[in-house]
Amino acid sequence: MEITAIYYLIPALIMFCCGVYGFITRKNMIAMLISLELMLNAVDVNFVVFNRFLFPGQMEGMFFTLFAIAIAAAETAIAIAIIINIFRAARNIDVRSLNEMKF
Amino acid sequence: MESVGSIILYFIVALSMIVFSVMAVTTRKILRAATYLLFTLFAAAVVYFMLDYEFLGAVQIAVYAGGIVVLFVFAILLTSKPGDNTERLTSKSRLLGAVGAVAMLLVSGWALLCRTSMVFAPKPAMENPDMQLIGQTLLGTGEGEYLLPFEAVSVLLLACIIGGVVVARKR
Repeated sequence: MEITAIYYLIPALIMFCCGVYGFITRKNMIAMLISLELMLNAVDVNFVVFNRFLFPGQMEGMFFTLFAIAIAAAETAIAIAIIINIFRAARNIDVRSLNEMKF
Repeated sequence: MESVGSIILYFIVALSMIVFSVMAVTTRKILRAATYLLFTLFAAAVVYFMLDYEFLGAVQIAVYAGGIVVLFVFAILLTSKPGDNTERLTSKSRLLGAVGAVAMLLVSGWALLCRTSMVFAPKPAMENPDMQLIGQTLLGTGEGEYLLPFEAVSVLLLACIIGGVVVARKR
């Protein structure tokens, strides 16, 4: 059995779809952020797989993933700061109850 | 032809990636969702190792599994009581999410399997990028080298540190 690109792309695709499902159905803001991380990570895996199978020896996909990881870390830190700030103001991080801009 | 060991490793990794990502979005305890996310990220790191990008796998473990998940756990413990269950989903929102995700899965999976032939090509040979090559590419200014994005990311991280402190501080 030969492990070709499709064997890596299908789990990444399922991971991305799980992220979409979670992002639509979850109400807790941190759970939504976790779904977002799943989607980002699936895209990272795709970049690396395409780089490895189509252009071995070049490193564009690898560096794109490297920078995507750095930006994902920055984005998560800021999002969690905002979530903690909202929790302090509203004692709640359920997106359905956050329908006013001013607390 | 792959060795038996790498095929077994592949199946373990693929299965854990699928199962843990499904569990991360369906479990009702938020702390468990963060734990399953951690396992999914580890599986992605193993995929990077299997594809010969050792540096990327190490970065994935250090930044994602070591940094982001710890941040998630801190935020969860600050904002909810341990043992809290989230509310049961209404069937309407669950249906909406399931329809969206399954439609996307079917369309993309069909496009991958039927419309592209490159996905069935065998893995070409590649030398592992060594640290000297990675460092040269990351900090060079020539064509296909990444000094400018590197500096841009460093400025972004600085802005992110300041922004995080300003947003989350007590007034």
